[in-house]
Amino acid sequence: MLGYVIQRLLQSVLVMLAMSALVFAGVYAIGNPIDVLISPDATQDIREDAIRRYGLDLPLWRQYVAFLGRLLSGDFGQSFVFGMPVIDLILSRLPATLELALAAVLIGTIAGVPLGIYAGYRPDSPLSRGIMAVSVLGFSVPTFWVGLILILTFAVNLDWLPAGNRGPTVEVLGIGWSFLTLEGLSFLALPALNLSLFKLAMMIRLSRAGTREVMLTDTVKFARAAGLSDATILRRHVLRLISIPIVTVFGLELASTLAFAVVTETIFSWPGVGKLIIDSITTLDRPVMVAYLVLVAFLFVTINLVVDLSYALLDPRLRRGGASA
Amino acid sequence: MRAFWREYAENRVALAALAVVVLIVGAALLAPWVAPQDPYDLANLDLMDARRPPGFVGSSGYAHLLGTDAQGRDLLSAILYGLRISLQMGLAAGTVALTVGALLGIVAAQAGGWVETAIMRVVDLQLSFPAILLALVLVAVLGQGKTQLVIALVAAQYAYFARTAYGAASAERRKDYVEAAAATPLSTLHIVLRHVLPNVLPPLIVVATVQVANAISLEATLSFLGLGLPPTEPSLGMLIANGFQYMMSGRTWISVYPGIALIVLIVAINLVGDQLRDQTNPRLRR
Amino acid sequence: MTAPLLEVTDLRTHFFTRAGVAKAVDGVSFSLAPGEILGLVGESGSGKTVTGFSLLGLVDPPGRIAGGSIRFDGRELVGLPAEEMRALRGQRIAMVFQDPQATLNPVLTIGTQMTLALQAHGRVSGRAAAERAGAMLTRVGIPEAASRLSNYPHEFSGGMRQRVAIAMALLNGPDLIVADEPTTALDVSIQAQILAEMKTLAKESGTALVWISHDLATVSSLADRVLVMYAGRIVESGPVGEVLRAPLHPYTRGLLDSLPAMAEPGQRLRQIQGAAPSLLALPPGCPFAPRCARASDICATPPPAVERAGRLALCHHPLDAAA
Repeated sequence: MLGYVIQRLLQSVLVMLAMSALVFAGVYAIGNPIDVLISPDATQDIREDAIRRYGLDLPLWRQYVAFLGRLLSGDFGQSFVFGMPVIDLILSRLPATLELALAAVLIGTIAGVPLGIYAGYRPDSPLSRGIMAVSVLGFSVPTFWVGLILILTFAVNLDWLPAGNRGPTVEVLGIGWSFLTLEGLSFLALPALNLSLFKLAMMIRLSRAGTREVMLTDTVKFARAAGLSDATILRRHVLRLISIPIVTVFGLELASTLAFAVVTETIFSWPGVGKLIIDSITTLDRPVMVAYLVLVAFLFVTINLVVDLSYALLDPRLRRGGASA
Repeated sequence: MRAFWREYAENRVALAALAVVVLIVGAALLAPWVAPQDPYDLANLDLMDARRPPGFVGSSGYAHLLGTDAQGRDLLSAILYGLRISLQMGLAAGTVALTVGALLGIVAAQAGGWVETAIMRVVDLQLSFPAILLALVLVAVLGQGKTQLVIALVAAQYAYFARTAYGAASAERRKDYVEAAAATPLSTLHIVLRHVLPNVLPPLIVVATVQVANAISLEATLSFLGLGLPPTEPSLGMLIANGFQYMMSGRTWISVYPGIALIVLIVAINLVGDQLRDQTNPRLRR
Repeated sequence: MTAPLLEVTDLRTHFFTRAGVAKAVDGVSFSLAPGEILGLVGESGSGKTVTGFSLLGLVDPPGRIAGGSIRFDGRELVGLPAEEMRALRGQRIAMVFQDPQATLNPVLTIGTQMTLALQAHGRVSGRAAAERAGAMLTRVGIPEAASRLSNYPHEFSGGMRQRVAIAMALLNGPDLIVADEPTTALDVSIQAQILAEMKTLAKESGTALVWISHDLATVSSLADRVLVMYAGRIVESGPVGEVLRAPLHPYTRGLLDSLPAMAEPGQRLRQIQGAAPSLLALPPGCPFAPRCARASDICATPPPAVERAGRLALCHHPLDAAA
């Protein structure tokens, strides 16, 4: 187990290095790096000073090493627009995005897995066909359109929920959270629902396919021969058997949800990193773009790693060593 | 081919979806002739007609079936022209991505060794990375415009084609007759053209239908965010974005009708793709 | 004579597929006394496994019991409401499958799986369930049973896994166990052990056993009586010794001749010519006729039931008559 962890850690570091090299190549080697580092309206003196300070007269590989060094020390430069260190800017926006993404994936999983299991258990029932229709829609209808419809229905026509912004937050551990108050929740509801629809569709498909497969196995037949009711079989046997791919997707989706949040955050004016990156693209705030890319890559790699490791925890066959537990 | 069509026609939903796709593509192609108005000829626009509800008879003397937008454009005409642009982008991106992806996939499968490892590693890494983010970044770096957008869409999508082509091609390569052909003094190109390509194409076409829908959806999303096409080329996504600000005041049609057109198109293409996939999937054949 | 525990009359289990109706079990009748061991023998596709599943009401669509009767302890099982059938399964009729690797859930501990089987038939506390499960594992010959409840199936060897499956079948003290080739997937030496243990366990607890196998040799060492199935029908039945010594049906003869133990050293094993017929297109008369050396024109008509002092065969040309 320990060997496996170390091996995966090394892999993750390698991927991170590759990603940072790509970002470096994309922004520093191809573009004019000075544009990324200082504001375009800086004077010639400041420019030359910066070139020397950042070592832009050095060979490319030394520049890359220096770039890595700055990344590791968390120095992403200053935002042109906000005039504050990029890292502080992103960190201040990150909790909002994380909260939104987590809420969306949770909604998608908690609703999607039971629906999918049912659709796999009774594939021909009318309810199952309805569930599958929802999942087809969830896959093909663009997120931004669903967001518009949600606003139109629940905010404009019914006037039940706010159409945008984050509303009040409660400070816990120095970070503001929405889900702790009812009012905060009302602001979280629509964006989370919007972002969850794709996850819901995916979870339905995944658990349906898994359930259909598992229901045909001798494991289920043996459990039925032992007199277990179908409900118990679904809850205890099937759920555990399909949980491995589901946890994998849960983790991977958490990562891709951070990316999809870009759209949802823009529609609902949710003050997270997604809205920040769109704003920085339109205002050409390049240090923010670089930092965002590196950060997303880092989150991706980390989540992949965690997923792989929890795989080993869920599947006892993969657990090696220490089998006497 | 006829049997394939008959099996396809057995599925009523898929048949209806195909009819819808044909209808929409036809209407988009014929837009200059069927649309009541050329929405981008500024001479046609009158601000007096702006934001009028469906059925309003405007200054030009005819009823705007779907109402008008903020500049007084006939919305039906704007949608038809928008569909043209959306379809154009989707098809262009889909075709280029298919070509690039198939080429990479087949090269990886045929070459083997480190070429195979290198190509497929990159492809797999990209598959795990959300397409929309990649497209966003590229658009940000490259700037706005049709070519830039197609490049961004292709970069976001080629990996699916590469995966599919690689899977089919490497399965084909393991078959006896291809190995036998490789033993004869025929060129690799000949083997690829005669044996590999015909077997790689059907799954690629299935992926392509779905990816065209995805490209349209992705383009609409980018345009909605204001990062897609320039305002001179308003696709459906931009029409929706333009109407968004009037939604709160109850003038919902400006966003809703272009949206419905987009959804119907995407869902119909997806349903066609689903049926094609089911029909070409050997595992579902009994 | 005691009342039979199980009485199957004219059982017909058919599969309604798109290609047609497959009569997997077509008119099977037999009875079983309490504590009796019955061998059910046939090639794959003969309907023996489907017969076993029919007894537990576990025939999956597109298959269903199309007719006939299964009386178990005086109760009719065909058409029994699903919930009553479920309550019966595992409680009074249990089943052991062929491959323990496939039947035990790989991601649940043995203890959890046994507890679930106990709790399916009444309230049992976790601790009581663990105690009963541990006791049962000890009975089937698993050392340090109590500590192994927290193990996963992959932590057991093949033979031990099948013992676990047998323990699960015995857990609620059933009156009848249907065992579907439970030793086929195991090594030969372990096969013999399990066979002997199974026989002892059944005799000790007075459990009747339907032992399904393609292997006459296995059945001969275990069963009191044997049924030979072919193409969904019972073609021969009788006490195991007599059937083995002097089979009446040419098919039984063929099965016996293909056994390694029956052959002279150095002699080639004699396989039955041809393959089992498709259940979708059975010949109108005797289904074995196309493969039978003794077949004649009359075999194109349904074969008669030939009775010989407690034995039965379905054949126009039984082996004790002139050809």
